[in-house]
Amino acid sequence: MSNSAVERGEPLIHVSKRVGIAQSKAWAIRGAALVLALMISGLVIFSIVHLSPLKVYGAMFEGAFGTSRRAWVTIRDAMMMLCVAVGLAPAFKMRFWNIGAEGQILVGAIATAACMIYLGNSLPTPALLAVMMVVSVIAGGVWGLIPGVFKARWGTNETLFTLMMNYVAIQLTSFAVSKWETPIGSNSVGIINQKSNAGWFPPIFGQAYTLNVVIVLTLAVLMYVYLKYSKQGYEISVVGDSENTARYAGISVRKVYIRTMFLSGAICGIAGFLAVSGSSHTISVDTAGGRGFTAIIVAWLAKFNTFVMILFSFLLMFLEKGAVEIASRYNLNSFVSDIITGILLFCILGSEFFINYKVSFRRKHS
Amino acid sequence: MTQFISLFQAAIMFGSVIMFGALGEILTERSGNLNLGVPGIMYLGGIAGLIGSFFYEASTTSPSPVVGMLIALVCAFGMAALGGLIFSFLTISLRANQNVTGLTLTIFGGGVANFFGGSLNKLAGGVGQISVAATSSAFRTATPLAGMGTAGKLFFSYGFLAYAAIVIAVFLHYFMSRSRKGLNLRAVGENPGTADAAGINVTRNKYLATCMGAGVSGLGGLYYVMDYTKGTWANDGGIESLGWLAVALVIFATWKPLNAIWGSYLFGLLFWMYFYIPGLNRSSQELFKMLPYIVTLVVLVAVSLRNKKENQPPASLGLPYFREER
Repeated sequence: MSNSAVERGEPLIHVSKRVGIAQSKAWAIRGAALVLALMISGLVIFSIVHLSPLKVYGAMFEGAFGTSRRAWVTIRDAMMMLCVAVGLAPAFKMRFWNIGAEGQILVGAIATAACMIYLGNSLPTPALLAVMMVVSVIAGGVWGLIPGVFKARWGTNETLFTLMMNYVAIQLTSFAVSKWETPIGSNSVGIINQKSNAGWFPPIFGQAYTLNVVIVLTLAVLMYVYLKYSKQGYEISVVGDSENTARYAGISVRKVYIRTMFLSGAICGIAGFLAVSGSSHTISVDTAGGRGFTAIIVAWLAKFNTFVMILFSFLLMFLEKGAVEIASRYNLNSFVSDIITGILLFCILGSEFFINYKVSFRRKHS
Repeated sequence: MTQFISLFQAAIMFGSVIMFGALGEILTERSGNLNLGVPGIMYLGGIAGLIGSFFYEASTTSPSPVVGMLIALVCAFGMAALGGLIFSFLTISLRANQNVTGLTLTIFGGGVANFFGGSLNKLAGGVGQISVAATSSAFRTATPLAGMGTAGKLFFSYGFLAYAAIVIAVFLHYFMSRSRKGLNLRAVGENPGTADAAGINVTRNKYLATCMGAGVSGLGGLYYVMDYTKGTWANDGGIESLGWLAVALVIFATWKPLNAIWGSYLFGLLFWMYFYIPGLNRSSQELFKMLPYIVTLVVLVAVSLRNKKENQPPASLGLPYFREER
């Protein structure tokens, strides 16, 4: 009698680490989290607009992919998000908390816009595009390099350092906007080179955004190979797992930090290049638009697998575009997309627990 | 002189917003939880206080400022603590990554606040701007000493929350350096394994510190809405940038509540200085606005260079604790 589990004081819930889990099961758990998130969001939407959630999701789908123009805008923005996530992947794999993508995107964007404005009329398009890409890579790379160097030399906390660099970059952008504003006093740069289209991505196969897709997918594949099969990628993952192990194995941790942060910032800089030259053709403090933060979550949830990131980028973009559509259709404001995104990410973050740990309840008696 | 007084006042009001945010975050981080959701939590606190007092003021013909104020306080603290609870549940019980969860909370909180804030503005109709004048006036009532010339203007002309922030800072200082509970909390943040072995309930400490800390941060959002913007709402992302500054202030104060007091006012001074320096044109003003962030960077680097033991972040900051994994 005194043997019953309750009297022995066994806890009601027992948590233990899973040794391994079948990929199919892990994805089933993530799928369940997605369904749960859609159900909660559906409830939230229903309580606000009193419409069947199915109808709402239908409207969202139309908003994101309803016409070919809309679909291409969704693709363009998903590519931008993917580009940032690809850039963040090596840093995060190294357990270097690069919260500064927002700033790295912005300096890349400033560099691009500067080229468009000052070199727009003196170089042929292919050369101009090449120059802009190189300059944005350098700008973003340097912006990432600075916290990398401080972390490598003095162990300065990178989370907070990169966060502050964002705001320095935002002010730099405001500064650039006030320098380049047209017309004067409008506090916006307006469309750059609207007449000559100099420095704009040329349409390929009749589509304005083909080049965006090509560039980002190339980067995604290269990054996958780099992280998985190259020596440097291996060093990154060793440093990420344990700095001490890396040092013991003769890896120069400092060098890896600095090199990887330049790479990470550089790719985020390319995202800024895409944002200015490949989509908006202007620059403002909203050019990064929070993508630098959202992409962290994309990279993290995808476990740095760049192909899984494609999936998450599209999912988040679908939610964003869809929410804008229901917002305009039902006279709400578009921040509803942030709410839905938040709910979805909470659910997926929570679901990781059930992938990594096994939960068992106390048996009646044993 | 008038210029100096208005700069000083702007600095204190600005500082009070981020002081609340930073104090809450100090409490949270002392338990080893790095909550990057501070902007989201401040958003939640601000909008909940506004909604609470809005519906109260709409329900009666002659709203009593004091009741409205109490409702706003309870709503703001409660909603923000709820945000902290989401964070705690995900990171402590479900062991999700703290940075990622915090960023998600920032997106979510901002979404909720701007969605309902924007909707309220629509609901209020007319000029498209809601206003809770009665409640806001209760928050902005200056102390009776405000009339005392320059000193009155400098030190006694603020709403009670500005003083509450200082009181909370002093209280937190004593709590964390003198009381057993506070020392237990710090032990959890430094080394949860050891604390656990000493019989301290790690999970409960982390939950409590994170939720209470979030509640305090939420008051920063309330102060912003009720005092700084005088009981109105704008979807301009104002709270978000202040929330990140609050996170910066935690580092600047090297995790000590008393440093947060003068640190916050200094940030306010740096933030508003561009407005009072003659001869700046608009573009150089933008460069001037970088100052608080650059100063924080300098402090961050200096702290890591000097490597003094008492200025370091809590040793287990950002790391999850799982008893079976020691």
